[in-house]
This record gives sequence, structure tokens and C-alpha cells, in this order.
Amino acid sequence: MRLTDAEKAMLEGAEGPAVARAMDLLVRYGEALGAERLVETNNVCGTIGATTPFMRDFAAERGGLDAVFSEFNLDSAEVVKVPKAKTYACHLQQGMDPENAEAMGLKPEMVQLFRRGEAFSASLGVQLMNTCTPYQVGNLPKKGEHCAWMESSAVVYCNSVLGARTNTEGRESTGAAMLTGRIPYWGLHIEENRRGTHLVRLEVELADVADWGLFGYYIGEIVQDRIPVIAGVTGTPDLPRLKHFGAAASTSGGVEMYHIVGVTPEAPTVEAAFGPKRPVETIRYGRAERRLAYERVNATARDREIQFVMLGCPHYSLEQIRNVCRLLEGRRIHPDVSLWIFTPRAIRQLADRNGYTRIIKAAGGKLMSDTCSAMSRAIPPGTRVAAFDSVKQAHYLPAIMGIQGWFGTTADCIEAAVRGRFEADLR
Amino acid sequence: MNERAAKIVLRGRKVVGGTAEGEALVTRERISGWGGIDPRTGTIIETRHELRGRSFAGKVLVFPGAKGSSGWSNQFHLARLCGAAPAAMLFNEMTTKIALGAVVTHAPAMTDFDQDPLAVIATGDWVRVDADRGVVEVTKRG
Repeated sequence: MRLTDAEKAMLEGAEGPAVARAMDLLVRYGEALGAERLVETNNVCGTIGATTPFMRDFAAERGGLDAVFSEFNLDSAEVVKVPKAKTYACHLQQGMDPENAEAMGLKPEMVQLFRRGEAFSASLGVQLMNTCTPYQVGNLPKKGEHCAWMESSAVVYCNSVLGARTNTEGRESTGAAMLTGRIPYWGLHIEENRRGTHLVRLEVELADVADWGLFGYYIGEIVQDRIPVIAGVTGTPDLPRLKHFGAAASTSGGVEMYHIVGVTPEAPTVEAAFGPKRPVETIRYGRAERRLAYERVNATARDREIQFVMLGCPHYSLEQIRNVCRLLEGRRIHPDVSLWIFTPRAIRQLADRNGYTRIIKAAGGKLMSDTCSAMSRAIPPGTRVAAFDSVKQAHYLPAIMGIQGWFGTTADCIEAAVRGRFEADLR
Repeated sequence: MNERAAKIVLRGRKVVGGTAEGEALVTRERISGWGGIDPRTGTIIETRHELRGRSFAGKVLVFPGAKGSSGWSNQFHLARLCGAAPAAMLFNEMTTKIALGAVVTHAPAMTDFDQDPLAVIATGDWVRVDADRGVVEVTKRG
């Protein structure tokens, strides 16, 4: 790989051992990819916390958060002192909600560890957004901006909806990027790699957010990590629809970018979306495909009686919280059911001001932040069957926690929370 | 067993250097890291995966590539620290997830083969990987 003089100096230790380790990792990573060079970035979204059970133990045994950063953000077994981040960097979702630690089954010392982690992140100048959706709380890179983001649902949103450029980075590469301001120039940083590969003909109307999730789940499984171009969308899908479509497509496959003709910024026309390339395949999505996606998402679900409803994967927007409150206001959820709704902390504070948190609490639910059940591996005690309005969570949480999971619309999930049974089917 | 069993040789590109050998574990399905494996044991846990319940610890893992969450590298990183990493990784599709994951797993890894490893290697075959020389030697089982 070709390095600039400034990059060589970093590698040789001119900016200290942590930056040298970071550059060494970027060189190993870039060479593994087959990248020719690095590109400058000033927008990094990553994770440096130590709140998952393994990380908590690692931090306790190896001497704190510099040790965690050295191993898990720089791939360095030798512990180095970590300097302030060189770039604008934002923290993604964490392993717990410190305000709801008891409900998540966490002891007070775990919360103390979380607070120490937050203080460590803040001391490095990393923004404590604590969300999988940094774009919902003010991190909105511009079209063409080179970024280094992890979190697959955020990556696909960044590329597709915002037109900024990032590959799916990981914990180690974002750690190295925030200390160096560099990331391998490869994949979606390069204009010609952003063109579509598959044409998708939409032949059924997508009525709601859940429908967009099913659509993404089906398409992702077919295109895997390539780039679908969707034609036939009428109207303008809003943020929750695009968020759930991308999250689902990056779950069943590895979709990092999609185009919706007439909607997303690099696809004013079908021709523009494909550029000089021709589609390798045309995929149709009609009623039968929608049914198939629904059955796949519900592969683990058998028993109708539920104990848990989890909403907010990816983290809910304020609009989605408002919608839930319209469904919940004046009702009580079933005494055997827990309802947890996850959102970024900044949005929870808005929800507090607007009275939404109170409405959810009055109905027997909890508005939570900073994490989700899959990240924290926290579910209410006794949960055997859960319901989700997220394809992504319905895919992951049953596998992670060994439970059954139903997928339905937000309204289906609220209805299930009130009745204690999930009765909905695909409409 | 025939002592002079024919060896099949594949050539490819080094992703992570080093040499290793072990029994092959082959899947035609892409692997999810976060939410797809249990890094404590190296077991595949994804609900509809054909290797569900099987562990890649100490095996030469042969697979198309990575999918799913950006926690991929971190999960394989954890698997290494838990002693449950694969002995080597051979794959076809280069992505940032798998490149970074292979780098932090510290096990020899290769891609860009002259023959499709998924077609040539079967689960249970004995596989020697010399990533520095770009050579994989396969001894068929039985």
C-alpha cells in the first residue's frame, strides 16, 4: 500500500505509540483488502465501551479501558495510552441503559463501570450519542463525504440515503480511524463501486414500515453484499421506512448500499443508478415474495402467548415514539408482558419533554436508551416468546437468547402487548 | 486409507500471513459474526444456518464470505481471545467485514483462488494452508 509522508510518520511513531499501532492496523487491514492507499476521514462512528459481559471482565482483569481500547480498537496486545481522537467521532449503541439497569438485571457496579466508560470516551473527545442511528441525532454527513462507520444499519443509511461514503467498518478499524483520520480507500469510497448491480421491480404496494422491513429482508438474502436498484416505488418513503429497509437488507445479506430510483441521491434515474453497468439480475417482489419473507422472519415463532415486546431496532425516531403513544394512550399492557422501547438518549430527553415517556410508563411499558436487547443480551426474566416490529431484531434476538420471536407491524406488537398474545398474520 | 492419497493444490492470495493445518469445515452459506456465532465456543448459532450447532474452533473454515452486522470482526476477535478461533480461513468474497475479521483473528487467511475452494474441499478433508506462499494443500478424507 502507498502511504503519504504523514502516514509513514504516524506508522513510525511520530505521534506516539497508540497512533503508530492504529496505523499499523490500518496497513494490515488495507493490505488484506487489496487497497492501494488510505483516504482521509473526519467522521467516525464506532464503539469503545466495555459494557458487554465479556468486555466488562476483560477491563476488570487487564487493567482498565486503555487495555480494552488497545486490544479491541487497535488489535494491540500491548497496552498503550490512548490519546484524544483526531477526528469527529461518535459512540454507537452500548451494552446497557444505565437508567434502567435494574430492569436489565444489572448490578450497581456494572452501572459504575458504564459511567467510567462514558467518562473515558468523553475524555477522548468521543460524542456520547450511544445509538445505532447517529443520523437521527445530528450526525448527517454530506453527499460524497468519506466516513468510517460501523453498525450495518447505519452504514447502509449513510451510503444510500445520505450519499456519504463508508464501508462497513468494525470496532478495530473505527478505533484506528479516530486516532489517525484515515481509513482504507476501497469499496464504497470509490465512485465506480457505488453503481447498482441488481434491478428490483416492486410489484406490490408497501403499506407501512413493516412492509419495508420484509422487502429488505427478501432482497438482502438474494443480493447479499451487492447493490440493489429499486424501481417502482410510488411516493417518498420516510426515514423509518428507509431505516428499516436498510437494516433488514443488511441483516439477511450484507447490503451496504441501495438505490431507490427517484428517491435516493445517487439514483435520479435507473440509468444513473447503474452507470455503465448492466444489471446482473432482475428480481421481482410481489405478494408471494412478501409472504415468503414474512415466513422466514417468523421461522422461530410457534407459541402465541408472549411475555415480551421489544420495539426500537434500529433505535426509534421521535416520530415512531409518537406513533406508539397514539396506539398506547389510555390502555394498559397485559400484566404478564413487558414492553421495552429503545431510542437514542437525546430523543428520550425530547420524549420526556413531550410527555411520551409518561404515556408509555402509564401503559406499563418502559422507554429505554443507549442499547437494545440484542446488544445487552437483556430480556425480561421468564421470556420464552417475544414480539418485534423489526425484522432485524426478529432475526437476531431469538438466535442470541434462545427464545421464539414474532414479527409484525408496530400496531400488531402493541395489540399483542395489551392482550398477552400475538394473534396477527400478514395482511 | 491410501498413504499416497492424491493431494489437491489451490493457489490464492494471502489475506493474513502464516501457516496452519487442520480439518476442513465447509459451508456454502455466508457466516454472520455478531448474532451468528458464539465466540466463547466458536459455534454457529444463526437460526437457519446449515452449520448451526457446529464449531469452527481449530478447523480450517472454508466459506463464501461474511454477512450481517459490523460486529463481525469483534466476534472473531473475541473467539481468538477465547481460544475458539478457526485454524485458518479460506473464502471467496472480499469485504471489509471479512478482511478486518481475518486480520484481528491472527489466523492465516486466503482468498482469490485459482479453483473454487467450496467445490474442491469437503468437510473432514485435511487442509494445509501456507498463506505466505499462497498455497493450500488438500488431502481428501478416506
